[in-house]
Amino acid sequence: MSDQAPAAAVTPAEATPGTPLLDVDGLTVRLPIEGIHRPVLRDVSFSLRQGEAFGLVGESGSGKSMTARAIDRLLPAGAQVKGSIRFDGNDVSALTGAGLRQYRGQAAMIFQDPRAHTNPVRRIGDFMTEALRTNLSVPAGQARARAVDMLTQVGIDDGERRLQQYPHQLSGGMLQRVMIAAALLTKPRLLLADEPTTALDVTTQAEVMAILDGLRREFGLTMLFITHDLELAAAICDRTAVMYAGQIVEIRRSSLLHDDPLHPYTAALAAARPDIAQTAHRLRAIPGRPLSAFEAPLDECAFAPRCPHAQDACLTAVPGLTETGGGLSRCVRTHELRGKLQVASDA
Amino acid sequence: MPETAVPGATTPGANGKAALAVSGLRKEFGPLVAVDGVSFAIPEAGSLAIVGESGSGKTTIARMIVGLERPTQGTITACGNDRSRPARSARDRRRRGREVQIVFQDPYTSLDPRQNAEATIDEVLRLHHGWPADRRRTRIAELTGLVGLDARQSRALPRALSGGQRQRVAIARALAAEPRVLILDESVAALDVSIQAQVLNLLADIRDETRVSFILISHDLAVVRQLTDEAIVLRRGQVVERGPTAHVLDDPQHPYTQRLRASVPRPGWKPRRGKLPAAGEEDPTP
Repeated sequence: MSDQAPAAAVTPAEATPGTPLLDVDGLTVRLPIEGIHRPVLRDVSFSLRQGEAFGLVGESGSGKSMTARAIDRLLPAGAQVKGSIRFDGNDVSALTGAGLRQYRGQAAMIFQDPRAHTNPVRRIGDFMTEALRTNLSVPAGQARARAVDMLTQVGIDDGERRLQQYPHQLSGGMLQRVMIAAALLTKPRLLLADEPTTALDVTTQAEVMAILDGLRREFGLTMLFITHDLELAAAICDRTAVMYAGQIVEIRRSSLLHDDPLHPYTAALAAARPDIAQTAHRLRAIPGRPLSAFEAPLDECAFAPRCPHAQDACLTAVPGLTETGGGLSRCVRTHELRGKLQVASDA
Repeated sequence: MPETAVPGATTPGANGKAALAVSGLRKEFGPLVAVDGVSFAIPEAGSLAIVGESGSGKTTIARMIVGLERPTQGTITACGNDRSRPARSARDRRRRGREVQIVFQDPYTSLDPRQNAEATIDEVLRLHHGWPADRRRTRIAELTGLVGLDARQSRALPRALSGGQRQRVAIARALAAEPRVLILDESVAALDVSIQAQVLNLLADIRDETRVSFILISHDLAVVRQLTDEAIVLRRGQVVERGPTAHVLDDPQHPYTQRLRASVPRPGWKPRRGKLPAAGEEDPTP
């Protein structure tokens, strides 16, 4: 894609001033898989500034959903968690009972498949006002009024009628708007959006993203936006982290991610995607298949077996996440390869 | 493949050697008109994209072509043989299978969980070509090689394969019948980007090597661009735009195609609320 010239200058301001709203540090999660605890996340660290939209991009099994679940304390039973997650300076792992429920109102989750996360035999109104009534003791009438008001904000005008309906009576796009409205009702400070538009048609995706992006800005919300779509993340987020095999391999200002990637995997991901504006003779497929975190080797770069730039140095240790060119990259050859990671497909 | 003509076979609207032609195709489900007056023809070795969103009728068209649904009106002709009505005999049905094959979207539900790739392909070769064992074995090796499955993968059950590998098995199975037309119904939609690129390259190779015609059903305009020469855009069962894929995508004429094109995230893209009345119209309740 050649719509934009590569940005020549890189702003140094990737550092986070003040206390971040969310700080994830050295997060490692192991889950029991076939009876053995295996890692699904390895040493994941990032911080979200107040009001920032932060993207988390990766293929299936890369650990992006697990990261969101770990943040909201929604990991499966038996998960072993190391490292720290701090929300507004407070340790999330210490929360229990009412404190945990309150926190989940502050860090609200929007899931990929709204049908799987709504109870089909309960009305939309029940679902939307439940958290308000039970966790925040808002009277039922007031809760419903707030729900109707919030539905208007996501572009659903006949809110009163919608509250009486069941999930199956709403289309996918409409139901996802209801989910967004429900998440916003508890006045959260952080939105954890896990592929919220992946199941939707493109035109509906554009609508829902416009709503999500608009309300986020209006309310000054911080957002962790999870997607497999690099272009969508780049369009929505201020910064984006790319995950591979349970690790973050790059964190970068989104506007630079596409034209000036730091990590070979980011470049390969961008190049593998067909281009709507031109037909490539052949796509630059990445050989092999994406590794799950628990398959990744502990003593070499996880991407090395698929990487066109791999050398012996890549096979001696797991590279650290180091600062380069205003971003972070987990590649021993980052400096050498800077500017040489060609992104465009062969025309 | 020499074919015996079926009584009543005609080729209306087929320009010259159309591998597949549909004319005035219509499908009603009760009061709902899922497909409404759709016509198109695909030449031998040609490729056509059917673009549309959910509910546009694109999968219903595919299901009518392969015989899983019966058209309410209209004709479908493949290789000069009519297939608008159900097959009358097993022989007729098998002949149709050698004309058109389909690869479905979900590689996890489209394979028999008890059959490995070799057995899957072998069954098709036996049924459609009746070849002796040694010839089938040679062909199995060719087909698994063509789609890039190694020896271990060819003998593994589907549960031991990844999504991309399963989709390769499904493609090899479809090709085993040596069809003239291959329908790809969102066949790469469920795959990760890096695997999707591998399968798209594989499909391009197959098209170059076998002269099979493609119908690609997809909501993904970039995938459509990569794989097809011609495209039709469907909206609520009707064709709203048609033409060479590059023209349709670079210079869309119909407002709906323009909106589809504008909804695709790209560098510098900002999501906007659409101008069409979205909230009311997408509501399935009247």
